[in-house]
Amino acid sequence: MVRSRKDIAIGMSIVIPCFLVLAVFVYGFIGWTLTVSFTAWEGVLPNWEFVGLKNFATLFSTQRFQIDLLNTVFFSIFFLGFCVLFGFTLAILLDKITTGAAVFRNIFLFPLAISFVVTGVIWRWIFNPSVGINALINSTVGVNIAWRWYTDTSSVCGFHIALIPVVIAAGWQLTGYIMAMVLAGLRAIPVEIFESAAIDGAGEFRKLFNIIIPHLKPILLSALIVLGHISLKIFDLVYTMTGRGTAFVTDFPGIYMFETTFQGHFYAEGAGISIIMLMLVAIVIIPYLYSILKKERV
Amino acid sequence: MSLLQNIRSFKLTLKQRKMGLYLTLIICSLFFLLPIYVLLVTSFKGFAEVSEGNMWALPLKATFAAFEKAFTKLGPSFINSLILTVPATLISALLGSLNGYILSKWRFKGANLIFVLMLFGMFIPYQSILIPLVQFLQKIGLYGNLIGLIIVHIIYGLPITTLIFRNYYSEIPDELIEAAHVDGQGIMGTYLYIIFPISLPAFVVVIIWQFTNIWNEFLFAITITQNPEQQPVTVALQDLSGTFIKEWNVQMAGAFLAALPTLLIYIILGKYFIRGLLAGSVKG
Repeated sequence: MVRSRKDIAIGMSIVIPCFLVLAVFVYGFIGWTLTVSFTAWEGVLPNWEFVGLKNFATLFSTQRFQIDLLNTVFFSIFFLGFCVLFGFTLAILLDKITTGAAVFRNIFLFPLAISFVVTGVIWRWIFNPSVGINALINSTVGVNIAWRWYTDTSSVCGFHIALIPVVIAAGWQLTGYIMAMVLAGLRAIPVEIFESAAIDGAGEFRKLFNIIIPHLKPILLSALIVLGHISLKIFDLVYTMTGRGTAFVTDFPGIYMFETTFQGHFYAEGAGISIIMLMLVAIVIIPYLYSILKKERV
Repeated sequence: MSLLQNIRSFKLTLKQRKMGLYLTLIICSLFFLLPIYVLLVTSFKGFAEVSEGNMWALPLKATFAAFEKAFTKLGPSFINSLILTVPATLISALLGSLNGYILSKWRFKGANLIFVLMLFGMFIPYQSILIPLVQFLQKIGLYGNLIGLIIVHIIYGLPITTLIFRNYYSEIPDELIEAAHVDGQGIMGTYLYIIFPISLPAFVVVIIWQFTNIWNEFLFAITITQNPEQQPVTVALQDLSGTFIKEWNVQMAGAFLAALPTLLIYIILGKYFIRGLLAGSVKG
């Protein structure tokens, strides 16, 4: 294809400025945050005194931050597990019906259109220990339960029980995403494969494990990466639903960072937390982006 | 009767299986609709009914009192959200379209690298740029107001809008560009007369996606718009739930109002919403 130099120059004169602005706001600001994380900045006015890795050392020995990391790990595992198992099941079920499929699909997907803030406000009410789910079970089943839900301070092997309602609320919101991805993946599997499997007499389970799951692997992987980076960054939902909780049972790095930076003015500490969050996300995202770049070059 | 036949007779008939399938789907639907039920029944209750704590029952006497209260509280911030979301959505869509077009049809050297470096920006935890962002906005005098927030959403919206448009344009055959070239059109003429007119589906997807995300966004909003008069609706809702702690009916009515615009878009244009959802990851 013929592309004149002039046209290429015009194209670059549009893309490059956009890219440069974005690069400053992404890479430049990350560099700036990194710099702040090496300083002793506490208080409203900047203090650029260099303290090296001291902030990071302090963070990793701070109990609140240790809890936050543990909460992030447990939350991510249960949240991803919830969404994948539930979303996958819903997609497989929906794929088997035609009448009403669109209605069900819309019911499973609409939470994605809603703000995490709204989700947080509603689910906080639903899991309210005195009037929420407990009251519903008490009045319908007649069993008197007094679960403390997100106010529970107990834990099992480091997993805070109070995280369960948060996992359910987040799962409620994002299960539809996995379902939509799996449905799109199922549609892309050639019908002939299923036909020949049927001729061979393959049952439902063999179809699931020998055809569906191998075909869906790439889609599931990118869906997991998207959900994984959401769970590593989680803030809005928890901030509105439970806050950091008693003894930090529902605290996350995102909340710690926000509170310590913008309410406590411990800028260096906040910068340190956000750099650790960035590194966690980068571990997941950079291989993914690298694979895209490699694919594009072919 | 042989063993095999015995097992066969236990197998469910096709009709029973269908029934089971629908029953399972209906039960799952109840889980997804439960918050909407709670939202609606609570927001139509009066304060007296809510304080009795019977949250699951239908309202004995439906009233709009909670909506009125929520609306006086959230009304101004609802307008703020519109002032924020509409320009930020349109400008980021337009920029994404231009960038996506050039990056897919006029690949210069290093275009792919630029694209991937841009994409990284949509995955970063925004906490990691928040401190410099606040300092920067303070320096240029845009901290605390909606203009600053609009600019922030345009910039950080660039990766996703560019991605969606780039994927869309890469499906368009190069011959179309070449035909335009033969007709004497350069890069911008081709965009204006050939590409832009057939971009409507992509614009719908991107506009819906950006509108939903910017409307729903919270972290930038709460950090940048400290001034209550400039707050978008998500921040105001969070405030509301802090001030009306006991008045759950007002909180639920407020949540309903805050969710309404994006919910309506989803109901009317759901098909395009799902396309945006998939565009972010399926094709990369």
